[in-house]
Amino acid sequence: MSKENGLIYRISGPVVTAIGIAPRMYEVVRVGHEGLMGEVIELHGDQSVIQVYEETSGIKPGEPVVRTGQTLSVQLGPGLLTQIYDGIQRPLPKLEETMGVFITRGVDADGLDLEKKWEFNATVKKGDEISSGQVIGTVQETETIEHRVMAPPNAGGKVKSIKSGTFNITQPVCTLEDGTEIAMMQEWPVRSPRPFVQKYAPDVPLITGQRILDFLFPLAKGGTAGIPGPFGSGKTVTQQQLAKWSDAQIVVYIGCGERGNEMTEVLDEFPHLIDPNTNKPLMNRTVMIANTSNMPVAAREASVYTGITIAEYFRDMGYNVALMADSTSRWAEAMREISSRLEEMPGEEGYPAYLSSRLAEFYERAGRVRTLAGDDGSVSVIGAVSPPGGDISEPVSQGTLRIVKVFWGLDAGLARQRHFPAINWLSSYSLYPQALDQWYRDNIASDFPEVRTDISTLLQIEAELQEIVQLVGSDALPVDQQLTLEVARMIREFFLQQNAFHDVDTFSDLGLQYHMARAILSFQEEAKKAIAGGAQLEDVVNVPARTDLMRGRFEKGYDERINELVTEMGQQIAASMEAN
Amino acid sequence: MSGKEYRTITDVKGPLVFLNKTEPVSFGEIVQLRLSDGSMKNGQVLDTSDDQVIVQVFEGTASVDRQTGVKFLGDVFKLPVSKGLIGRILDGAGRPRDGGPEIVADEMADIIGAAINPYSRQSPESFIQTGISAIDACTSLVRGQKLPIFSASGLPHNDIALQIARQAKLVGSDDDFVVVFCAMGITAEEYNFFVHDLERTGALENAALFVNLADDPAVERLITPRLALTAAEYLAFEHDYHVLVIYTDMTNYCESLRQIGAAREEVPGRRGYPGYMYTDLAMLYERAGLVKGKKGSITQFPILTMPGDDITHPIPDLSGYITEGQIVISRELHQKGIYPPINVLPSLSRLMNAGIGPGKTREDHKSVSDQLYAAYAQGRELRGLVAIVGEDALNERDLQLLKFADIFENQFLRQSRDEDRPINEGTLDLAWDLLSNIDTKYLVRLDQKWIDKYHPTDSKDSEEE
Ligand SMILES: Nc1ncnc2c1ncn2[C@@H]1O[C@H](COP(=O)(O)OP(=O)(O)O)[C@@H](O)[C@H]1O
Ligand SMILES: [Mg+2]
Repeated sequence: MSKENGLIYRISGPVVTAIGIAPRMYEVVRVGHEGLMGEVIELHGDQSVIQVYEETSGIKPGEPVVRTGQTLSVQLGPGLLTQIYDGIQRPLPKLEETMGVFITRGVDADGLDLEKKWEFNATVKKGDEISSGQVIGTVQETETIEHRVMAPPNAGGKVKSIKSGTFNITQPVCTLEDGTEIAMMQEWPVRSPRPFVQKYAPDVPLITGQRILDFLFPLAKGGTAGIPGPFGSGKTVTQQQLAKWSDAQIVVYIGCGERGNEMTEVLDEFPHLIDPNTNKPLMNRTVMIANTSNMPVAAREASVYTGITIAEYFRDMGYNVALMADSTSRWAEAMREISSRLEEMPGEEGYPAYLSSRLAEFYERAGRVRTLAGDDGSVSVIGAVSPPGGDISEPVSQGTLRIVKVFWGLDAGLARQRHFPAINWLSSYSLYPQALDQWYRDNIASDFPEVRTDISTLLQIEAELQEIVQLVGSDALPVDQQLTLEVARMIREFFLQQNAFHDVDTFSDLGLQYHMARAILSFQEEAKKAIAGGAQLEDVVNVPARTDLMRGRFEKGYDERINELVTEMGQQIAASMEAN
Repeated sequence: MSGKEYRTITDVKGPLVFLNKTEPVSFGEIVQLRLSDGSMKNGQVLDTSDDQVIVQVFEGTASVDRQTGVKFLGDVFKLPVSKGLIGRILDGAGRPRDGGPEIVADEMADIIGAAINPYSRQSPESFIQTGISAIDACTSLVRGQKLPIFSASGLPHNDIALQIARQAKLVGSDDDFVVVFCAMGITAEEYNFFVHDLERTGALENAALFVNLADDPAVERLITPRLALTAAEYLAFEHDYHVLVIYTDMTNYCESLRQIGAAREEVPGRRGYPGYMYTDLAMLYERAGLVKGKKGSITQFPILTMPGDDITHPIPDLSGYITEGQIVISRELHQKGIYPPINVLPSLSRLMNAGIGPGKTREDHKSVSDQLYAAYAQGRELRGLVAIVGEDALNERDLQLLKFADIFENQFLRQSRDEDRPINEGTLDLAWDLLSNIDTKYLVRLDQKWIDKYHPTDSKDSEEE
C-alpha cells in the first residue's frame, strides 16, 4: 500500500482513524468515497487520526483516505471583503448555489473566485529590489478598501517584469529575476502566525462609539479584550456594535458555534449601515466567518484560525483590523469534543490540557506591528466567552482573562433591569488607559483622563453608599451623599446606558462622550452650590433642563446642543436656590 | 442492504450493544435486533471500526443476550413524510399510534437534518400576537423564532404553551399554524391534557403528534424530536406551512443523552452531561427559522423543567445559549396566584426588536417595554429593602416604583386562560394606564414624544405643578 492512500479504520462522530498512510501533522486528507475534507490531528503508531470537517454518517471502515500534501490553508487575495465563509473558508453563497439552502456535504469550493478579473496597478517597476511582504501593486477591492498585493513569503529579489492591467488572481502579474512568479493570490497555513518585523506597544485607542467602552474601559488598536457573560447579557450585541462602529479599517467577524439568525442579521444589516468614518456601507470593510452551532464541530474548531489568518493578512497591508470571535467558548468546546473522541487525558472540566496554551496562542496573534513592508498595522481581538451558568471561574474564562488586557464583564442582573450594555462598571477593567492617555490629551481634551477618574470614582463611592442604603434607606443619608447618589444615577442612566437599537444613541463619538461626562460633573458642581445656598435636593434634581439634557441624547444634533442645555441646567439649578 | 444477521455481541452496557466481526458498517447506520423470543428492537451505530461496532438501542437492552441477532440496514434513520402526517398521532419512533395506517411516504427524509446555510436564512420579523400581555409586550415572539419556556415541576407551563398554540396569530393575516407536538417522557396525564385541549379547539386535525411517554423507552427520546422536526421541515419547506413545534420535556431528552454518555464511559462535562450537549441541542433548536425562497416557517416552543428551579443548571443554561430568548415561569408568582406566572425580568426575546415598532405593532412599543422592565425591576428590588427598613425610609420615587411592582403583577401579568388581549388596544394601552401611576419625570425610558402622544393624563400638567 502506498503511503499516499490509506483506508478508514474507525469512525466516531467527526473523528476518523485511518491506517496505511503516513501523513504529516495538520495535513489535509480526503476521507471516504465522497472525499470529505479532514485534517490530521494525531499520529499514533500506524494510525492517523483525522478530524473531518463535514458530517460523517453513512461512511464505512475500509473506504479510502487520500493525502493531499497540503496543510490547512486559506486563500488570500482580492475578493475576501464582503464575503461570508464557513469555518474552512468555503463561501456560503457558493455552497447555496451548489447545494441549495441546506448544507450537505462533499462539495469543495475555493475561498476566492479564481476567474474574476481585477484591475491591478503595479507600484514597483522592473529592476526594483523587492522582498517578501512588500507591496508590489494595488487593487481597488471595494469602494473603500484598496487591496495591497504583497510579495508572498519567501519570495524576494529583483523584479524582472511587472504589468498593470486586468487579471484574475492566479495569473502572474510579476516575475522576479530568479524566475519566481507572483500572482494576486497567495495561500497561508491557518495554524501559523504570519510573519512581521516587530511588535509595538499599542498607544492609540480603538474607538467604538460605545460610551462605557471608550470612556471607562478602552481597548487599544492591536489590543485584546474578553467579554464573558451568561446568555442574554449582551455579548453578541456588543460584538456587533464593535463590528459596526469601531474605527478599524477592516473587520473580521467570526460567528463560532452560535446562532444562524445572528449571522443573517449581520448580512441583512451591514450593507445598509453607513460607516461613520468613510460614509460608505460597512459591508465594504467586512469579512465574515459563520460556522454556526449546528455546523460540523471540526470546522468550528478551524474557524477562528481561518479568521485570524485573514485578519493578519490585512494587517500586513498596513491596515488596522478588528476581529470579533463570538464565541470563543464554542471553539474551546469543539476542542473538548474532539479531544474526548481521541480519548486524551482530560484537564479541568473535560477540556484538553492544552486549552490555555491554545487560547494564549490565539490572542498572541493580535498586536500592533511593523509589517514586513515597513508599515504600521494592527489586529485587535475581541473574544466573547460564554461561561456555563455565567460563572467565570471556569477554564475558558480564566484562560482568557490571564491573557487579555481588557475585561468587559457582563452582568445578568443589569441585563434583567434592561441596563444595556450590561457591562459591570465595578468588575470590568482595561490595562490600556495609561498607554492611551497622551493620545486623549492630544486629540480630545487635555483633562480627559481626569474627567474619567472623576466619573469612575463617583461610581465607586456610589457602590459603597448603596451598601448603607440597603440597611437604612436613602432618606437616612446626609444630603451631600444623597446628591452623590443622584449624580451616580445620572452617570448610569444617561451615560453608561446606551441603546444599541436606537438610531442616534447607538453611536457616540469620543468628543461627545467627553462633553456628556463633563455635563454630569457640571450638574454635580451646580447642585452642590445650590444646596449649600439653601436649595432642596428634590428641586435641584428635578429642574426641567436636566431632563431635557438627558433625553436630548436621543435626538440628532445633540453634540451641537449639549453645551447650551448644560448652561440652561445651571441657570435653573441656581434659580431653585433663590426660590427657597 | 446487506441483510446479513450477526450473532457476535460481546458486551451489553446500559443502552449500548458492542459487537465484533462484522463486515464494514457505516457510521449512523440503522440497526435491527432480533431477540431470542422473536421480538425486535431498533438501534443506530454510534462508533464503527474494523474490530468493533457500538450500537445504541432505542428501546433499551432488556432481554438482549449474546444470541441476539443484529442486522445492519445499510441506511441512516429516515422518516416517511407526506402531507398525510397532519392529523396523525405517531409514537416516539415514528410508527402510528392512533390505530391508523402507515404513513404513505412522498419522500424518505433523513432525520438528522442538514444545517441551514446561514447565508440562506431569512431574518424572522413578523410579530406573532399571543394575546398574553407579558409575552406580547415584553418578550415578543416572531415567526420563525425558537423561544423555550423555562419552567419547573408543578408550574402551569402546559397551560401557557396551549394558550399560545390556541391564540397565536399574525396580526392582519389569516395564515394558520400547523402544530407539530412532540412528547418526550411526559406522563400519560400530561399528554392527555394536551390532546384534549387540541381536540377541544379543533387543532388536533391540524396537528401531527410524536409521542414518547414516561413509560416508553428512554433512549427512543433521542430520536423523537428529530422525527418531529423532520416532519416540521417537510411541511414548512415543501408545503409552505407555518409550523409551530411544541416539544416537551427537553429535560427528559437531556437525561437520555446523559445516559448514553455514561454508558460509553465518556468524560462528562458539567454535572455529568456530555460535553457535546450544546452541539446536540443546537442540532434541534437551530432547525427553526425561515429560509430564502420558501414560504413556510418553523417556530419552536421547547418546554423544559429546570431541575431544582435552577436556571444555571446545564439544561436551561445550554438551551438559553442557543435559543432566541426564553420565557421564564416563576414559582413565586404562581404561589401568589398569578396566571400566567411569567417573570419577565429573566425572560427575553432576542428577535423582538425586529418584530415590533411602527407598521408591525406600534411606534411606542419598544419604549414602553423598556420602561415596564425598568420600573418593575426597581420596584421588585425595593421590596427587599422595604422588608428591612420599612416604607418610611423610601423617597417619593421609590414609593411609586414599589407600588407599581404590585400593580404590574396584578393587572398586567394576570389574565385568564382564555383571555386574548390584542397588542395595541389591549396590551400597550393597558401598559400606559398602569405606568401613569408613576410620575412622568421618573419614566426616563420613555421618549418625550410618546409621552405626549400616549400618556393617558396630560403629562405637561404634572411636570409643571
Ligand atoms: N447595548 C444594548 N442595547 C440594547 N439592547 C441590548 C444591548 N445589549 C444587549 N441587548 C439586549 O439583550 C439581548 C441579548 O443580547 P445578546 O448580545 O444576544 O446576548 P448574549 O450574546 O450575551 O447571549 C438582545 O437581544 C437585546 O435585546
Ligand atoms: Mg450571543
